[in-house]
Amino acid sequence: MAQRVRWRESMRWLLGSFLIIGVVLAAQMESKAAAANNDGLVAWGKVYSVVTSPRCINCHTATNHPEQGDDRHRHFANVVRGPEGRGVPALQCVTCHQATNADSTGVPGAHGWHLAPLSMRWQDNSDKPLSSAAVCRSLRSQTVDLINHHSEEPLVRWAWNPGLRPDGTARALPPLTHDEFVEATRIWIEAGKPCPKGHLR
Amino acid sequence: MTTWQLTVNGQRKEVAVDPGTPLLWVLREELKLTGTKYGCGIGACGACTVHLDGVATRSCLVPVGLIGDRPVVTIEGIGQDPCGRAVQDAWVDRDVVQCGYCQSGQIMSAVALLKAVPKPTDEIIEESMGGNLCRCATYVRIRETIKSASEHLT
Repeated sequence: MAQRVRWRESMRWLLGSFLIIGVVLAAQMESKAAAANNDGLVAWGKVYSVVTSPRCINCHTATNHPEQGDDRHRHFANVVRGPEGRGVPALQCVTCHQATNADSTGVPGAHGWHLAPLSMRWQDNSDKPLSSAAVCRSLRSQTVDLINHHSEEPLVRWAWNPGLRPDGTARALPPLTHDEFVEATRIWIEAGKPCPKGHLR
Repeated sequence: MTTWQLTVNGQRKEVAVDPGTPLLWVLREELKLTGTKYGCGIGACGACTVHLDGVATRSCLVPVGLIGDRPVVTIEGIGQDPCGRAVQDAWVDRDVVQCGYCQSGQIMSAVALLKAVPKPTDEIIEESMGGNLCRCATYVRIRETIKSASEHLT
């Protein structure tokens, strides 16, 4: 009889211990997930600061034309998007933009100069940048390899080597270095691509 | 100062200029091909348009150092091409020109358009020729002449 009581007590202790360990582990996991989510959101904020900088967002328009300059004004010379984002037959992007910057004439250039597709528009039809939540969800739904895109794509890399303006002064750079941008992208992806809450416009 | 080998209108040319020199000035000053015009110097008017490897290109913006081995065709050479000939003939037939200053650039853009889109609509003409300005406002005649030239192209 006494042996059975001891056995029951032992089992209670054992089950209680498992329960406590389980609760602690679950809390730790939740805490880790929350921390990762938080790190991801911080990283996303950095990514957003770059993709909405003029060097990037000027070619991620929702309209029929690109923008130019730090004030993001409409591209001059009646330039239009065209069916593939590369302009139209006699007025292509490469009508002016070469494979590298033309610093003597102030024309920026990189291999394959073109507008981002409308599926990657980061502005509304009034040329206002979309919210952080909206751009985040858009980027999250893209099927491209974002790490590779952000680290290797010539037009992305161009943003950190944007050449000289026609007046000979240097174009402004994005707010992070390229390495910081790629690292922030990696952290955001590894955290599960968390997006901030907010309106989607 | 660097020496550059260029192919212009099918001929090999050699020029010694700074790599940042715009192609326009190589054509006009070094090679004396003055059919290509200086208009704005910032790519806004289209008067300086030439073909660089078949692409309508603003020669005022492209430094000679970035041309590489891509062939250059100017208004002096575009008539050797059947499409170019058809456009130039249509231009004469329709008497498009008023003052004429912008017309070499207009023709170079028109040829690039017709090579890409042999039967262009009004909308495509408007968009493609939108970077070529004409202070005499010959736009209506240009549009009709591009259509006329397209009828002579198979």
